[in-house]
Amino acid sequence: MTTTATPVVPQKPWQATPKEIAPTILLLIVSLLASVVIVAMTPMKGKLAYAFLFFVIGTTSLSIRKWRIRGRAAAADAIVSSIALTGAALVFTPVISILATTISHGVKGLHWSLFTQSMFSASYQDPISAGGLLHALVGTLYLILISIILSVPMGILTALYLTEIKGPGANFIQFIVQAMSGVPSVVAGLFIFASIIVTTPIKASGIAGAFALSILMIPTVTRTAQEVLLLVPNDLREAGQALGATQWKTVATIVVPAARNGLITATILGVARIAGETAPLLFTIGGSDKLNWNPFKDYQGALPFYVWKGLMMGTPESVQRAWTGILILLILVLVLFVAARTLGGRRMKSK
Amino acid sequence: MTLPINNDDGDNMSVEAAPSKSSLGDVASERAKAKMPGNAPLGSGLEARGIHAWFGKHHALSDVSLDFAAGTVTALIGPSGCGKSTFIRTLNRMHEFIPSAAMAGEVLLDGKDVYAKGTDVTKIRLQIGMVFQKPNPFPSMTIGENVLSGLKLAQLKVSDRENLMQECLERAGLWAEVKDRLGAHAGGLSGGQQQRLCIARALAVKPKVLLMDEPCSALDPGSTLRIEDTIGQLAQTMTIIIVTHNMQQAARVSDYTAFFLSDGGPGSMIEVGPTNEIFSRPRDQRTENYVSGRFG
Repeated sequence: MTTTATPVVPQKPWQATPKEIAPTILLLIVSLLASVVIVAMTPMKGKLAYAFLFFVIGTTSLSIRKWRIRGRAAAADAIVSSIALTGAALVFTPVISILATTISHGVKGLHWSLFTQSMFSASYQDPISAGGLLHALVGTLYLILISIILSVPMGILTALYLTEIKGPGANFIQFIVQAMSGVPSVVAGLFIFASIIVTTPIKASGIAGAFALSILMIPTVTRTAQEVLLLVPNDLREAGQALGATQWKTVATIVVPAARNGLITATILGVARIAGETAPLLFTIGGSDKLNWNPFKDYQGALPFYVWKGLMMGTPESVQRAWTGILILLILVLVLFVAARTLGGRRMKSK
Repeated sequence: MTLPINNDDGDNMSVEAAPSKSSLGDVASERAKAKMPGNAPLGSGLEARGIHAWFGKHHALSDVSLDFAAGTVTALIGPSGCGKSTFIRTLNRMHEFIPSAAMAGEVLLDGKDVYAKGTDVTKIRLQIGMVFQKPNPFPSMTIGENVLSGLKLAQLKVSDRENLMQECLERAGLWAEVKDRLGAHAGGLSGGQQQRLCIARALAVKPKVLLMDEPCSALDPGSTLRIEDTIGQLAQTMTIIIVTHNMQQAARVSDYTAFFLSDGGPGSMIEVGPTNEIFSRPRDQRTENYVSGRFG
């Protein structure tokens, strides 16, 4: 290279320098200290008082500073930003809190035999190292699998009927779907108990539990799939039909592939809706402590059921089992989500 | 004001001799001269008779009759809302997708009414292809799959798919740009390339007629020119009907021009004729006003 010109370095002149940020950080530290002092000197107590005082003092001091530097509009901007940030934090705190609590309580009960043994020969009051939750894990996996098989085709077909065909009764079906998504989950379990377990040869078992969960899952899948299908531009439908395709061919070849990722999301949301449900399982699955690989015959366990049983017993050992069960349920759902996302994304790219 | 008309059927020699009223007229005359040899008709073309169209109670289009001779390019011009797009959507029965839509009249393709009872609408749309205003390649398919998507959609069998794909892309003027990336997704193409891909897609099912609804309105001048070239090539083998807001485009690409106008009521066709006549000596004062840029 013969050129000696100094190379141009990419810069970000719009970013604040540390020197510019320093006063803001200082103000926030001072507000935090001030709120600690006020809490110490007044009868106010607890985390809520700290948070509230910090919010008020911090917001006020920052907006006053902005006012002095850049005027009134900048001060208003600082206040609204602060409120928005606080709102986001308020929503986010419970999520983080739930995760942190579950993980910190749950990990104490983790051990290998959880995944190799059932509770058939152990009691919930036994030390945590006795027995395991394999029976519940197997039951939950079956429940999720069967519910997907039952609900996803039905939900997507219903959504296709409502958004693509818009045939007779579409409005009524839409109303029913909305009403169904408001059904309390215990009612779904009771319905399957009364209509299937009592009256047909199908007795309480994995499949009966999956029926109950499907009642909850179908409306979730339908409504999400509907939203996703509505996002597919109408141009594409017209283009398909202008090429001499029937409506069914257009939907199958163009609309559904275009909405593919959204439909995977619909499935994930459906699974999220049912994975932690206990109430619909109470009358339908039997809640066995014995490992059962056959969802069509005899009682099965399920992770939410295992958690519920552990909490009901109330001894330190059983409650520990419940926490660990919740942790494993969380991890299971997370793994399923990641798997669905990567599988969906990869098929899309390789095509 | 009316201009003396001695011949309506586009005798090009006399048009040339007549003093041109506008530069658009010149453009169109030049084109007509260039097109003279080998303008042999292919089949009997498309014929619209007494077309009316409604959206609910709104009467959008009133009594339009137009003949499209095989192998010609017809431009439909007129201000927005005059029913041009509605009209071409009645030709391949896309009008009926709007739930409240209704129509009256006949559209004859090779002498048979496309609205006749018992007609398979998918067969009609195979023969009367369409290119839309906004490029709309199928996002889930590759470039190559997009070109051949019509075969899949209409469930047609073709022996040599590779050849057909290349032929269609060549005719749409896109082959050189995409031949090395037929397996890439169509979303990565520029707007102009996407529109030419949509033209290639429409060609793959071998339509007799191609409807183009403002195919260049979303494109830059360079892409527009390429698509106009493509239209010129295609016109040798099929009938093309193009809606356009660009009068230069109408003058450059079409053999015949029809002027549509709505005077507050339903849109109707004011005048049709050889393109050079419409632009140089229109019969109707309203056409004159529109093509000379006094309104619209």
